[in-house]
Amino acid sequence: MTDIPLTTPARKMPSMAVLGPLLALIVLVVIGALMNPNFLSGANITNVLARSAFIGIIAVGMTFVITAGGLDLSVGSMAAFIAGLMILVMNAALPTMGVGVPIILLGMAVALVAGILAGLLNGFLITTLGIEAFIVTLGSMGIYRSLVTWLADGGTLSLDFSLRTFYRPVYFDGFLGISWPIIVFALVVIIGEIVMSRSVFGRHCAATGSNEHVAHYSNVNVNRTRLLTYAALGMLVGVATIMYVPRLGSASSSTGVLWELEAIAAVIIGGTVLKGGFGRVWGTVIGVLILSLIDNILNLTDFVSPYLNGAIQGVIIILAVILQRERKAGQ
Amino acid sequence: MGDALMSVPVLALQAVSKSFGPIEVLHGIDLALRAGEVHALIGENGAGKSTTMKILAGYQPATQGRLLLDGAEVTFENLHAGEKAGIVMIHQEFNLAEQLTVEQNIFLGRELTRGPFLNTSEMRKLTRSYLARVRCTVDPDAPVSTLSNSDKQLVEIAKALSREARVLIMDEPTAVLTANETDVLFEQVRILQQEGTAILFTSHKLDEVAEISDQVTILRDGHVVHAGATGQINEDGMATAMVGRDVSDLYPAKPGVAEDAETVLSVKGLTVSGHAQDIDIDLKRGEILGIGGLIGAGRTEAMEGLAGLRPAQTGELTLFGKSEQINAPADAQALGLNYLTEDRKLRGLLLNWQMRENLTLQTLYKFGGLMIDRRAESAALDTAIREFDVRAGSRDIKVGNLSGGNQQKLLLAKVMLAEPRILIVDEPTRGIDIGTKQQIYVFLRKLAAEGFSIIVISSEMPELIGLSDRIVVMRSGRIAGTLGEDDITEDAIVRLSMGLSATAGTTPPKQMA
Repeated sequence: MTDIPLTTPARKMPSMAVLGPLLALIVLVVIGALMNPNFLSGANITNVLARSAFIGIIAVGMTFVITAGGLDLSVGSMAAFIAGLMILVMNAALPTMGVGVPIILLGMAVALVAGILAGLLNGFLITTLGIEAFIVTLGSMGIYRSLVTWLADGGTLSLDFSLRTFYRPVYFDGFLGISWPIIVFALVVIIGEIVMSRSVFGRHCAATGSNEHVAHYSNVNVNRTRLLTYAALGMLVGVATIMYVPRLGSASSSTGVLWELEAIAAVIIGGTVLKGGFGRVWGTVIGVLILSLIDNILNLTDFVSPYLNGAIQGVIIILAVILQRERKAGQ
Repeated sequence: MGDALMSVPVLALQAVSKSFGPIEVLHGIDLALRAGEVHALIGENGAGKSTTMKILAGYQPATQGRLLLDGAEVTFENLHAGEKAGIVMIHQEFNLAEQLTVEQNIFLGRELTRGPFLNTSEMRKLTRSYLARVRCTVDPDAPVSTLSNSDKQLVEIAKALSREARVLIMDEPTAVLTANETDVLFEQVRILQQEGTAILFTSHKLDEVAEISDQVTILRDGHVVHAGATGQINEDGMATAMVGRDVSDLYPAKPGVAEDAETVLSVKGLTVSGHAQDIDIDLKRGEILGIGGLIGAGRTEAMEGLAGLRPAQTGELTLFGKSEQINAPADAQALGLNYLTEDRKLRGLLLNWQMRENLTLQTLYKFGGLMIDRRAESAALDTAIREFDVRAGSRDIKVGNLSGGNQQKLLLAKVMLAEPRILIVDEPTRGIDIGTKQQIYVFLRKLAAEGFSIIVISSEMPELIGLSDRIVVMRSGRIAGTLGEDDITEDAIVRLSMGLSATAGTTPPKQMA
């Protein structure tokens, strides 16, 4: 090591911030397995993963938004609104298109386009008009929630029965025994992780969130980077909705309630810094799984009342942030 | 100082020295403030004015020497102790809570109460009386954010009155004021003076110093080089006293710019709203053009505007013989023009990132299209470490832990990766050691010799003179004058930046009015 500046030292032991969430996940799995023999059954694992997929897909997008120094509170109501819109369009097209693959593709296209547009709108208001992300998305959260209630006339929007039967396999079936939501979730995670850690866009997101002045002076288009994170999140909300609609075949004012907070919590538990500048997609996945497993374990065992689910999740979120702070203090 | 001994000073420094770490910045300063006297403290940037004021106000302790209050030695534990003793300092950037009202600001932290409640009627009454004393007509209920700069200044003075200030210290009070606002301020200063307040202020505007002050103390490099009654020295004398260092051989020789060198950059009518108006600049191939002037003269803003970093209007921009437009920093970079910021910590580098990621941030397109080629990045870092002699304990070190000089070299390496043909460097050696400074000077001169063109903004006179083939001096957002190779003297630069003509004995150019 005489040539210190030119050598890369051996990898250091990963810090507690890296290991913490992973350890917590392992501990949860062990607890679950000890408490209920059905915990590790294929059916339960599939159930946990498939239910994680909606929040998980959204949380991957949220990781980019938060890493770039933003925040989006509107994703839960956005999902409900997109689901409602998708159902309305598909029901309306049913007489002309009939049941079949084309109408499903139409529904999917509506969800993706609506998601991207909704994300772009949030992003435009935040970047070009320079309004606080918290305010903009708090506003759009209320707008989408109210729109879906209005579309459903206060009740529930249901997909036509014949369509529902045809669309159902997208949630309940799978490929090689793995259900579709899990496959899509895995794909989103893999692509997200590569984009975050290896791509120019990911680097620009982190630079923007770390210090937007430095990013600007380094010729990074700060506004465009931020705008794209919101658009990507909107698109992923669309993807999540595509997987969600076949599950119940309906949308109402209670669809997607509190998803935004679960997604943000998952991102933070996973080690992404809330103020921006550093994000990791795989950490977000662990965050999502931790939240889902707590729910699952409480339902499978009678050790603690499932009604305390929220309290335990709350403790985990606060612990995660304390761990983040210790990492900062340690360096 | 003979005639100044008629009364015991309210506040005085006696043989005060101040060190930051191993570096002594003030060397045996003597300064005496007397009741009813206006004292001006002048000197170049970095001469030690701010430190002197902070010691007087009790913000910082002196390393050596004595601080005398009414002739008795005191030590202020903190700034509250100074304020209690009647010493109030008004900072250049106001210390007012913008969202609170005038009255709330004046009593901030010392609110009057009646039982558990605020005694608003009493506070309002007192606020009115303080404002009346400084003849300020603002409404006590107006939020400070709605006030003009001069009113804010008066509110600061009213606040000082409410603290029964015996000594008022003002750091460049007129820097943010217009000529009219300055007149209003000076009127109040005279009133306070008649009431027996001792006043110390700093200013870069020598005409103001001559107009308002009774005593003047001139600092240079942490020494008092002149002290006495203002009437004994004229503005030219002040400027000469402020200057006076040799330009050593820290700087590489200037080969001179070829007569027939092509003009690579020509900008006419560059205007950055609120900061710079009608700037015309020509730059030749292989030339180092210096931009001098005081801090706040609009140099940085003008060049940032040119580089597309902030909104700007240009009448006409010609780069390498072609008419061009720059609307975003990416445009500038594509045309071969790069700006290296003066603020490496807040605008130049991501301090909690490693060197590799910092080095390539500006030019990621060179390291793979969509995906980043980390091996190529590492190779680029190897090259940069070698070429720019960056000294770091390890490659993984966070940039924030590098020394200032190494940060600056890394920043230079980062910008050079963009292969600029025109490089604008802003305060390229601020806060770095002399050895690294010299390396940077040699590098810049070598670049120029290779046919690149460079614009250097610097507030350090020796640096500006030692590096530049030609110097443009800015004052209050306009070009005050241009100095060719043979006219470059420290005196001329100081005179132009202070609003005098380049040579002594003539009147200021018309454009200054």
